[in-house]
Amino acid sequence: MDTTHLDVALAVAWLRAAAASVTAETDQLTRLDAAIGDGDHGVNLARGFTAVAATLDGGGFTAVGDVFVRAGATLIAKVGGASGPLYGTAFRAVGKALPPGAASADLADLATALHAGLDAVRKLGGAEPGDKTIVDAFRPALDAFEEAVAGGAALPEAAASAARAAGEGARATAPLTARKGRASYLGERSAGHQDPGATSTWLIFQALADVTAP
Amino acid sequence: MLWGAGRDHAVGNEAKEPAVKKFINDPADVVAEALAGLAAAHPELRVDVTERYVARASAPRPGKVALVSGGGSGHEPLHGGFVGPGMLDAACPGEVFTSPVPDQILAATKAVDGGAGVVHIVKNYTGDVMNFQLAAELAADEGITVETVLVDDDVAVENSTWTAGRRGTGATLLVEKIAGALAEEGAKLGEVAAVGREVNAASASFAYALTACTTPAAGRPGFDLPDDEIEVGVGIHGEPGRRREKLRPARELVRSAVDALLDAKPLNPGDRTLVLVNGLGATPLLEQYLVFGEVATVLAERGLEISRRLVGNYVTSLDMAGLSITVARLTDEMIRLWDAPVRTPGLRWGV
Repeated sequence: MDTTHLDVALAVAWLRAAAASVTAETDQLTRLDAAIGDGDHGVNLARGFTAVAATLDGGGFTAVGDVFVRAGATLIAKVGGASGPLYGTAFRAVGKALPPGAASADLADLATALHAGLDAVRKLGGAEPGDKTIVDAFRPALDAFEEAVAGGAALPEAAASAARAAGEGARATAPLTARKGRASYLGERSAGHQDPGATSTWLIFQALADVTAP
Repeated sequence: MLWGAGRDHAVGNEAKEPAVKKFINDPADVVAEALAGLAAAHPELRVDVTERYVARASAPRPGKVALVSGGGSGHEPLHGGFVGPGMLDAACPGEVFTSPVPDQILAATKAVDGGAGVVHIVKNYTGDVMNFQLAAELAADEGITVETVLVDDDVAVENSTWTAGRRGTGATLLVEKIAGALAEEGAKLGEVAAVGREVNAASASFAYALTACTTPAAGRPGFDLPDDEIEVGVGIHGEPGRRREKLRPARELVRSAVDALLDAKPLNPGDRTLVLVNGLGATPLLEQYLVFGEVATVLAERGLEISRRLVGNYVTSLDMAGLSITVARLTDEMIRLWDAPVRTPGLRWGV
């Protein structure tokens, strides 16, 4: 495997792995969401990512960016709630920030694209770090990815580093008081529970680490 | 290791609660099958089960401003039950407690657009706001002008700086009825949206839950509540409220709720009001009327006149036992529009 680029096949493999992971962890995500939301995060994301996997089966992609744009549009169309627009917009932004028409992206391109994805989430949702949201896993994952790439790491190492940081970020949401989304209505009662959105973000980064692991 | 705090302890409830019995087939099919049933029960509606919207069979009406609302399922009769002359032109039901998706909202918007613009009535929840915003952008791309009216009447959410803001609850019905009546008369897009915003601004709601509700997918109550405790300041999605309190007599609960309503949106002696006592799904009308009587007593003490009133299950939260109280300050115009004829599955008078 070329460990310096993300090509169409690897992008598809990443999203399929994310779909499998979200589906396998549906009950756990739902349990986290039942504590501080309305208990549907797992079911909704599993429905969306299953649809993503199905639409990617059609294949025929020549540009790696198109894979993410298609995935994002599918999530927007299938998930609903806040997570559909947020994840959908993130993947669309990632896809649109990759070099147009390119069959593969190098790690600097990918870091730039992930940055665009995070920016899109923050613009749409208005969340700051520490608000107990997706951002609390996404931002540390991106920071770790960029740091690894700047240090000369190949994709497997950078992805593993990002996944570790996302996991730590997700776990660190537990003591926080939610300030965005449905959990914010609980006020201080939201503290003590890990954020389901940050947790699903970690699953997505872990999926990239898994499919690139040597 | 992979799963941090919160996995095994929760405000919520693990498998210890018994499963709740429901009249369903496959939980995944509940929304589609309920829509098919709505279509069978109401031939005056056009129910598109594939695109997932409910519209008036006669829509679009050229030159009329159309009203489209939507939100998660589980709040029936809101919103599909409020489609018809004098109220909504279309409604988009999402999955249970999950906002509809942009394509669905766009399909409904296009189906009822009569060329005079479309008002989206959106309850203030993060997901609803995002999906309707994306849909409005798609509609604009197709040349349809959309005005959005955000409903955020739930005063239990006190701090809107550090939360997603006040939620849309009982006042949604008032906005849909009053703006719907104005649209029926042929008012322009900006006028219909303006009266909707005015009704929202004049309304305040507060809710109590005695039990959690059970989504078809979960099969068990969303949280567990000791026998002698209630959730105070709940929304309509089965989420826990701001705090728990011991159960008290209804007259005390009503007094606290009215205090919260009037603290948030003060009224003056002589103001005319509309009072909605709204059951959340599993609270008998017997108790709802008892509560309405208590509200009437408290408002009379404050010198407030109840000019219009409604009691029943209108903005529900599946099978939650509980109720919300909405008080809205009325103008002459609002009273006139409230009294205008309406013919929908969930609200019907004057025709």
